[in-house]
Amino acid sequence: MEEHTQHLFEMLSQVDGYIYPNELDLQWGILIVLYPYITGLVAGAFILASLERVFKVKVLKPTYHIALLTALSFLLVATLPLVSHLGKPLRAIEIMITPNGTSAMAIFGFIYLWYLMVVLLLELWFDYRRDMVIWAQQMKGFKRFVYRIFTLGVNDLSPKALRWDEKLGYFITIIGIPSAFLLHGYVGFIFGSVKANPWWSTVLMPVIFLFSAMVSGIALVMVVYLIISYIRKMKVDMKCLDMIGRYLLIALILDFSLESLDQIHRIYEAEESFEIISLLMSGQLTYTLLVFQVLLGTIIPLIVLTILQFYKKNIRLRQTLYMVVGFIVLIGIFFMRWNIVIGGQLFSKSFHGFTSFKLQLIGSEGILMAGLWLIIPIFILAFLLWLFPPWKKTEETAY
Amino acid sequence: MELKNKKNRRDFLKNGALLTGGMLIASGMKPFSALVYATNHNEDAEHWYGMAIDIEKCIGCGNCAKACKIENDVPEEPFFFRTWVEQYTILNDGSKIITSENGGLNGASQDYTPDEIFKSFFVPKMCNHCTNSPCTQVCPVGATFESPEGVALVDSTYCIGCRYCVQACPYGCRYIHPKTKIADKCTLCYHRITNGQVPACQEVCPTNAKIFGDLNDRSSELVQFIKKHDWQILKPHMNTKPKVVYNALSGEVN
Amino acid sequence: MPKHIRRLLLLFAVLITLFIIVRQVLIPDSFGQFGHYRGLALEENKAHVARYVGTDICAECHWETMELKTADMHAEISCETCHGPGWKHIEEPEQGQLTIPEGREFCGTCHSRNPARSASLIAQVNLSDHNIETNCSECHNPHAPWN
Ligand code: HEC
Ligand code: HEC
Ligand code: HEC
Ligand code: HEC
Repeated sequence: MEEHTQHLFEMLSQVDGYIYPNELDLQWGILIVLYPYITGLVAGAFILASLERVFKVKVLKPTYHIALLTALSFLLVATLPLVSHLGKPLRAIEIMITPNGTSAMAIFGFIYLWYLMVVLLLELWFDYRRDMVIWAQQMKGFKRFVYRIFTLGVNDLSPKALRWDEKLGYFITIIGIPSAFLLHGYVGFIFGSVKANPWWSTVLMPVIFLFSAMVSGIALVMVVYLIISYIRKMKVDMKCLDMIGRYLLIALILDFSLESLDQIHRIYEAEESFEIISLLMSGQLTYTLLVFQVLLGTIIPLIVLTILQFYKKNIRLRQTLYMVVGFIVLIGIFFMRWNIVIGGQLFSKSFHGFTSFKLQLIGSEGILMAGLWLIIPIFILAFLLWLFPPWKKTEETAY
Repeated sequence: MELKNKKNRRDFLKNGALLTGGMLIASGMKPFSALVYATNHNEDAEHWYGMAIDIEKCIGCGNCAKACKIENDVPEEPFFFRTWVEQYTILNDGSKIITSENGGLNGASQDYTPDEIFKSFFVPKMCNHCTNSPCTQVCPVGATFESPEGVALVDSTYCIGCRYCVQACPYGCRYIHPKTKIADKCTLCYHRITNGQVPACQEVCPTNAKIFGDLNDRSSELVQFIKKHDWQILKPHMNTKPKVVYNALSGEVN
Repeated sequence: MPKHIRRLLLLFAVLITLFIIVRQVLIPDSFGQFGHYRGLALEENKAHVARYVGTDICAECHWETMELKTADMHAEISCETCHGPGWKHIEEPEQGQLTIPEGREFCGTCHSRNPARSASLIAQVNLSDHNIETNCSECHNPHAPWN
């Protein structure tokens, strides 16, 4: 507490122009940047997986399970930065007990649970049930124990039961697509519906969030796929990789067009807030917006991916390029979230000045903590891959 | 015969559905059936509290901001305020300077000489106790709400500290209490007004620049004031319908 | 319907029921009494003790000062504007918890010259040249400036 006030006193000298006195204290820090970032990764990875199953894009098969497990491991972490950022984390449950019907934030708990329990877990369950039954008989110890629990004690592998799994799994995937849209479009709505904040308040926000989610999710799956192949010394399926690359390119183009549309609209309408926002973009957000988000995260990947559509020669080089593109896209989208969340709080609602944001290294709101929240899902993913290795699945399972 | 019956029944169902749907839509639209009260009046409530702030009378002494901090145990650091005073200075070259050093709590100072100044005035700010409060709208758990008298309050034992309300307030009137970590804001001195007293800021105002009252009571000083003056509200385009109104609010004010 | 699907449905049914029960238990008693909030919160907000007690109470004991004040230009100003909140003082006057303001700066919070202040509303002086040799209260009684 003391430290925080100390920090605020330092910030007092950083104020530029006039801000309402209460605005000095920037409310949503890096943890809230992580929230849309992580849910975006989840939604994006899931949508990529659904492409394969619902739209029957067979080439993507090698990444189907990886995408689902990646989505799950990030989803498991998604709420933690949020809850730890609350002033009263122990009261978090109230959001499920007495959700306020008029609040955009209130149904978060339900959407989250829906997505976790009904969509992701069930889809994986229907998909892995057969394998779990088999594995439970083959293995011993911890794994056997886990599989036993997950199979709910039923070892029925009759064709009829498997057909049910197949059908229901397909059905869940179909519900899953709108759910993924909901999960992330909704996060966009939380920001987009704040009419007091012109930087956030735009109808395009949920749509922009959705497409940027796809961009980041696809990029993540691509990177994870490449890394897993490298670690397991598996041959990378170039057809699959190229296809992911193509989807990434499409998603990037759509995302970029939408965001440009948003900016052009702002510039053309030039509302009351226009001046402060252009000052913001040319001032404190120069690096994070123009350099990281637009140049590094969008323009360069667009160029590289376009080239990769035609360049089909050197496989090693292509893999490296995909890897690099995946990474910079992930960085770009992180900064896109940053620019929205932090950028939206840098200018005063009086439109007459700026506060500033100084990221701490340590502490619950610091860089290290944020890094931790991004690393934990990777460990979870490693664990899940160990427990449910897609490469050990029996071939006959039609998903 | 049988066939016809079936058709009839289907028609009936169809018409019925259309009718109910139509009624639902119509009841949602009802364009001008409800009265629109220009002075923010609420028939359904016994009291409907509000406040008028007379900018012409404010001398920027900051006693309101000071008293508010004492009355409501607001942290004394200069970035937590339930009410504060802004000083606007429009220079002859047209530039606009807004200052509110320590919320104007220690009184105001002026860096420009009278020759440079085109016009200058003070604007006391506080929670507008909006009828359409964006802050109570967004609270995910119902920890901030509008009291039956129209006062926006915080339930300190229930707030989870998500800070969404702080983001939603267009007027910057909320802050997170550094000790309790929950949202805090002006209560219009709810403990005072329900006890027959006026809010602390009004109590200490040397020039009676603040007028608290009941908007439902036509004979109250507040309603009389609203009747006699050209009042204005802050950020009307937000459609928050504030119950705090200003007299002589200049166009320069944000 | 295969057995595992039935188990699954059962599991979900149990979870949902559990949630509903927990929810019922956790909803605060007075929630929803007046709206989507805890009705008791109104009482809790009311329970806060007022610090500023009002000039009328001061007059009960300090009637002399009061008389002085009402007869002059500071009549409109509440005692507590200058002396601070009186909630403790009226209980135990001897403790003297009130502030006795002093210094030229204090009068200046209202009277220093500032173009933002309307001249017709409040008399203003330049603190730096209006009788700088002594304190304001040497010549002006703070309770009755022209006395
Ligand atoms: C119950 C009677 C009573 C009431 C009511 C009362 N006072 Fe007093 N006050 C006293 C007495 C007795 C003293 C003298 C105490 C002393 O000399 O230590 C005093 C002293 C003071 C002093 C001088 C303190 C000092 O340290 O020398 C001030 C200023 C003052 N009162 C202001 C107020 C104000 C303002 C109010 C209204 C909020 C008020 N009083 C209400 C009885 C009262
Ligand atoms: C404009 C500000 C102001 C107001 C309003 C005011 N006082 Fe004072 N009061 C002062 C100052 C300044 C002093 C210190 C006088 C001095 O230093 O000689 C003082 C001193 C006093 C004292 C100490 C004994 C004395 O007379 O010197 C008492 C008692 C007192 N005030 C009571 C009151 C009461 C009761 C009221 C309300 C009726 C009141 N004051 C209103 C400014 C004010
Ligand atoms: C809280 C604000 C406030 C403080 C503090 C204050 N005054 Fe005043 N004063 C007023 C108001 C309001 C008036 C009446 C309006 C006017 O000046 O015409 C007034 C009137 C006066 C007048 C009469 C001016 C005239 O037009 O005849 C004098 C002299 C004066 N005050 C002196 C003082 C002195 C000396 C002090 C310090 C002990 C002081 N005031 C502290 C607010 C204040
Ligand atoms: C040496 C005695 C003396 C002192 C000390 C003194 N004044 Fe005065 N003040 C006067 C006299 C005499 C007048 C009336 C003549 C005038 O306007 O100068 C006056 C007038 C005023 C007026 C009315 C001005 C007007 O335009 O009507 C105010 C306000 C005032 N004084 C405030 C203060 C304040 C505040 C202080 C302390 C910073 C203070 N005075 C100190 C003697 C004094």
